[in-house]
Amino acid sequence: MEIERHEYDVVVIGAGGAGLRAAIEARQQGKRTAIVCKSLFGKAHTVMAEGGAAAAMGNVNPDDNWMVHFRDTMRGGKFLNNWRMAELHAKEAPDRVWELEAWGALFDRTKDGKISQRNFGGHEYPRLAHVGDRTGLELIRTLQQRVVALQQEDEKLHGDPEAYIKVFAECTVTRLLKDGDAIAGAFGYWRETGKFILFDAPAVVLATGGIGKSYVVTSNSWEYTGDGHALALLAGAKLINMEFIQFHPTGMVWPPSVRGILVTESVRGDGGVLRNSEGRRFMFDYVPDVFKDKYATTEEEGDRWYTDQANNRRPPELLPRDEVARAINSEVKAGRGSPQGGVFLDVSSRLPAAEIIKRLPSMHHQFKELADVDITKEPMQVGPTCHYIMGGVEVDADTGAASVPGLFAAGEVSGGMHGSNRLGGNSLSDLLVFGRRAGEGAASYVNGLAKRPVVAETAVEDARAEALAPLERSGGENPYEVHHELQRTMNELVGIIRKAEEVSEALEAVEKLKERATHTASPGGRIYNPGWHLALDLRNMLLVSECVARAALLREESRGGHTRDDYPKMSPEWRRRLLVCSATPDGAAVSVEERIQPSMRGDLLALFDRTELSKYLTEDELAEYDAVKES
Amino acid sequence: MGYKAKFRVWRGEGGEGRLEDFTVEVNEGEVVLDVIHRLQATQAPDLAVRWNCKAGKCGSCSMEINGKPRLGCMTRMSTFEESETITVTPMRTFPVIKDLVTDVSFNYQKAREIPSFTPPKDVKPGEYRMQQVDVERSQEFRKCIECFMCNNVCHVIRDHDENKQAFAGPRFLMRIAELDMHPYDVADRKESAQDEHGLGYCNITKCCTEVCPEHIKITDNALIPMKERVVDRKYDPLVWLGNKIFKRSS
Repeated sequence: MEIERHEYDVVVIGAGGAGLRAAIEARQQGKRTAIVCKSLFGKAHTVMAEGGAAAAMGNVNPDDNWMVHFRDTMRGGKFLNNWRMAELHAKEAPDRVWELEAWGALFDRTKDGKISQRNFGGHEYPRLAHVGDRTGLELIRTLQQRVVALQQEDEKLHGDPEAYIKVFAECTVTRLLKDGDAIAGAFGYWRETGKFILFDAPAVVLATGGIGKSYVVTSNSWEYTGDGHALALLAGAKLINMEFIQFHPTGMVWPPSVRGILVTESVRGDGGVLRNSEGRRFMFDYVPDVFKDKYATTEEEGDRWYTDQANNRRPPELLPRDEVARAINSEVKAGRGSPQGGVFLDVSSRLPAAEIIKRLPSMHHQFKELADVDITKEPMQVGPTCHYIMGGVEVDADTGAASVPGLFAAGEVSGGMHGSNRLGGNSLSDLLVFGRRAGEGAASYVNGLAKRPVVAETAVEDARAEALAPLERSGGENPYEVHHELQRTMNELVGIIRKAEEVSEALEAVEKLKERATHTASPGGRIYNPGWHLALDLRNMLLVSECVARAALLREESRGGHTRDDYPKMSPEWRRRLLVCSATPDGAAVSVEERIQPSMRGDLLALFDRTELSKYLTEDELAEYDAVKES
Repeated sequence: MGYKAKFRVWRGEGGEGRLEDFTVEVNEGEVVLDVIHRLQATQAPDLAVRWNCKAGKCGSCSMEINGKPRLGCMTRMSTFEESETITVTPMRTFPVIKDLVTDVSFNYQKAREIPSFTPPKDVKPGEYRMQQVDVERSQEFRKCIECFMCNNVCHVIRDHDENKQAFAGPRFLMRIAELDMHPYDVADRKESAQDEHGLGYCNITKCCTEVCPEHIKITDNALIPMKERVVDRKYDPLVWLGNKIFKRSS
């Protein structure tokens, strides 16, 4: 059978914010670049990001700067973050946001005409550049239109708009191909026709987003099947921090069919409060020790903070997401939940109706259309939903390079930047900063190559056989059923609160599902056959779920997006240790090993005070700090 | 709570197809897309449908429900009688690939024909200063989720393939208006809107505005003002005189 074949310098897998920013950079560096994405161009999950992009521009509060942003990010991640990534992110985010404006983005404005910035959980100052509550859409559209602008330039110069950057939409990559140790290309299929496609390329940038579709209750779209995570593992790269999954505190809880859909944190950033069935603002009861001096202790102080941040502390509704999600979970378990199994999120009693519609238009629309709730008149009911994975491909902070030569990763599929918990708003800025860096990293890697790698034909044949298998079996397992069972397993046993027995049980279940997944059959032909596509995605979801569960079982502490009922405390010893997953090339076996994380550079360490650090670091690490401070 | 609904779904590929009947369970609070997903999981595993966010934000699941262009994820089952047969068909203006999935490449082609945002050369990133009131006009149009239902419903191309060449459709005429109203865009878009992108074909029947899931006032706020700008340019006597004097040599 004929396989369509293309030659590129850089292949970017994924067309969300990170992928598009990487592709734009690679093309701007003169590389012939392909963007391969599972959906139509412009539909990626980034469109669902609501709140904004965090960047310390200091437009609203001039005291903000990269150092404050860096500190907030490290605190939010409970100091497990790759500090170099957190540093680059905080320093470069403003430039990345301003650049979007030069490409046509229209952010909301301050009175003096600058980009407006809003408050968000864990950020000391108003920091999120935004457009109402549809910031992600603005980002995607701007980057999409930037790609089109580059294509128009190429048309003028070369007579072909797709000479240097081309989008392969509704195209799924199922295998990365290598020449020896190094990346040589990627194999996949067109969703529309079912025909196979092969990219010969020395560099691949993974920008495939997250893994939420392994859970029942999730804010993620169908695309989030951990493809990049799995492709990297199967190509010999390593994943870190896979145990850390962010459950966003506020997802819709009713009606059942929309359970999990996101309710933006901006509701709280703009004044919304959380209440239990007794009407109590319960977040005041859940401020953890490490944050005690930074949050208001009374409702009055919290309310004053919205207008006077210099003299008041922020309300505890704006704690980092992991804290709020656990608090909601506890309230519901204690029987103080709302009738539909969540808690109340109320903005109706806090802002005038017109203001709510102006600031939160898509929330107003979403609740009205999907739940018959008018958020200007009554509270919403919300509960935690699987939202984001902090873990991902282990990469070099400066270039996005993975351990496999020629492989790069950026955005949610990469790991390290957010430590054990991501702050809201740090995702959109992350994908701009590291999307650009990965695109640049890939381009300079290609520049440094003496010769182009060559794809091994046997690997192409294996990839083809693997992809065809579900179509060729008849009377096998229904892939939809295997998927539903995986989602239930992960949701119930490796969810927001974890226990050793339950995680072990999940691992056994995943093992059985892996076996069942090898027998799935997809009736129908090759043209746009969702049952077939799902059967192929299952391999990735199962592999990634196994990594999550294995790492979750090993980490015997609670930190950020990993809460162990049997080890409720945060441990300084564990803070230094990263769990690193790798897999055999067939994906049959996953192994996890511990690695010590390098100590933070002295000048960055010196940005914190000793009292704060003593809550996170070991005695040995504190001695390093004392030495830095003395010198 | 749950009941069995009657669905008729268009199935087919390669230019051929038919409506297929299904009886399918419906539960409280569900939307049409939920029911399509249940059909996939239980009765028709290869039923093709596009979708992504399931929250009305990505514009993927455009379809025609009882003949009306709608997003499947935002059409609640409670808006129908339980006894009603619900007919789901693909968007009519674009060629069918399979079942409910259409070839929407027309839209991407048109997007590429509109000259991009053109800022003045001397403004550096970080130096942009705009007032909220000035960005709001274009912001309304940037709410567009590119579901392409406005282009699907527009009678200029809905049953007239021959007009597709010359007409960008409401989506991309609105994009021109968006750029024209951008405080920093310096490109002249008025004549090309009329001459190259077919603004003149629009006779403001407002079908596009009616189907817009984002409730953008496409006709009133984008197309009509754009038409007025074109007219001001074309028939302004001073501009006419200026053109005569300065462009004679060209």
